[in-house]
Amino acid sequence: MLLFPVTDHLLRPFAASGRGTLTALGSVGQAWALFTGSLRAIGDLRVWGPMLLPQMARVGVASVPIALFIATFTGIVMSLQASYTLTGTIPVYFVGTLVGKTMILELGPALTGLTLAGRVGANISAELGTMRVTEQVDALETLAYNPLAYLVVPRVLAGLVMFPFVVLLAVAMGIASGWITALELLDMSSAEFIKGLRLFFAPWDVWFAVIKSVSFGAVVTGVGCFCGLQTEQGAEGVGRSATRTVVISSMLILCLDAFWAATLL
Amino acid sequence: MSIQLSGLRKSFGGKEVLRGFTLTVEDGETSAIVGPSGCGKSVLLKHLVGLLRPDAGTVFVDGQSVPELTKKELVRLRRRIGYVFQFAALFDSMTIAANIGMGLRRLPGWDRKRIASRVEECLALVDLNGLGERFPAQLSGGQRKRAGLARAIAASPKYLLYDEPTTGLDPVTTSVIDQLILRMRDELGVTALVVTHDMTSAFRVADRITLLHEGTARFTGAPAEIRTATDDVLRGFVDGDPALYYGVQQPQRGQEDGA
Repeated sequence: MLLFPVTDHLLRPFAASGRGTLTALGSVGQAWALFTGSLRAIGDLRVWGPMLLPQMARVGVASVPIALFIATFTGIVMSLQASYTLTGTIPVYFVGTLVGKTMILELGPALTGLTLAGRVGANISAELGTMRVTEQVDALETLAYNPLAYLVVPRVLAGLVMFPFVVLLAVAMGIASGWITALELLDMSSAEFIKGLRLFFAPWDVWFAVIKSVSFGAVVTGVGCFCGLQTEQGAEGVGRSATRTVVISSMLILCLDAFWAATLL
Repeated sequence: MSIQLSGLRKSFGGKEVLRGFTLTVEDGETSAIVGPSGCGKSVLLKHLVGLLRPDAGTVFVDGQSVPELTKKELVRLRRRIGYVFQFAALFDSMTIAANIGMGLRRLPGWDRKRIASRVEECLALVDLNGLGERFPAQLSGGQRKRAGLARAIAASPKYLLYDEPTTGLDPVTTSVIDQLILRMRDELGVTALVVTHDMTSAFRVADRITLLHEGTARFTGAPAEIRTATDDVLRGFVDGDPALYYGVQQPQRGQEDGA
């Protein structure tokens, strides 16, 4: 005889965690299928080729203003905070060092990646989600198109190619705004700022930023496509997919950020 | 036999939508499948183009077993099938002309000039002349359905599948769409399968009508046979009599709305 009667109520948490595990494993399997299917679809150049340039414009060029806006203010804040922290302890030209290193290694790629997770990822997810719930994806298949070649490949390739450009522009803008701030508000000279900027600069830092931003581009566009194509249940489902995209992309960006720092620096 | 479904079963999340559905559509025939919304009619159509795989049973189109086709074979089969979606499923970022030409761009030997010429032909066939440069959002519901039909017939398919072609349309536009379905049969000689819950439309366009009830083919016959049949469920559906259709049963949850 059992000391505590086992009831459905007591078993519910176990059932829920089992269901959650199965759902998560199912999602991993579906993501793998999307990944391998998309790799195979790269061979269908006639389908995705004409879509690539428009997607590069949407994913990359259209993202430049918001990336530059954020980088500008990040550079200003970095310059002011560096000055506040260093004044009286370390030579002031280290403001240039701090602004340059931080923008290139961390804030440029990570802030731009997180911003584009919202702008690009949510956009892709909502667009593909709407196409899914309005049967446009099914229509593509009935017209003998591979939806992965038509929808996923050009978007992910555009992300891989354009994210580094947007990030490098953002880094340049962040440093420039930090420089101008140092000249106008901190009474530093250009020579001092550049001296600090060059002090610990290594060309590898730029490659590090590029590698990070390529991986962020893959994550944001890939997750956007995955969540979009999984959309169910109308407008509410489209909204849910866009939210999932931003949350998952942001988490993966931060995980990748730590991973690259641990493995490449 | 150009379309043959036998013992088709399909479940979603534990709910069995199709429970051994069997149907044959002969060459050149227009067959209608009728039944209430949510009974699995669209699910059935999607099996014919390989958008869904059956849990059990066989699906043959043009002598080929659809679930067993390779991706390449499936692509070739889909080129012989035109699919008219319930809400047209037009690509909203493209013009109507681009929508109609979309399938043709995948076909060998079709250059821009030939595609443009065929698009004009298709627009004329569905009485949408001059509207090719409009976007789907600029068309009425009936015009969008006709544009969807034009896209489906662009590659001169052997088979046409219509998913609720008249849903949400006024009686006059419904009649126009029905005339188009008949025109496709007479002028293009296609074999057609129409799923609908609109009995007036089914009587108008179909050579044979099948009632899909509880996942199986409850009754199949020519329109004249349907009109005189004494089967309670069929009579209940045709006459719109819930008491007769459901008998002592109440409608199942989720069967009153949604496809």
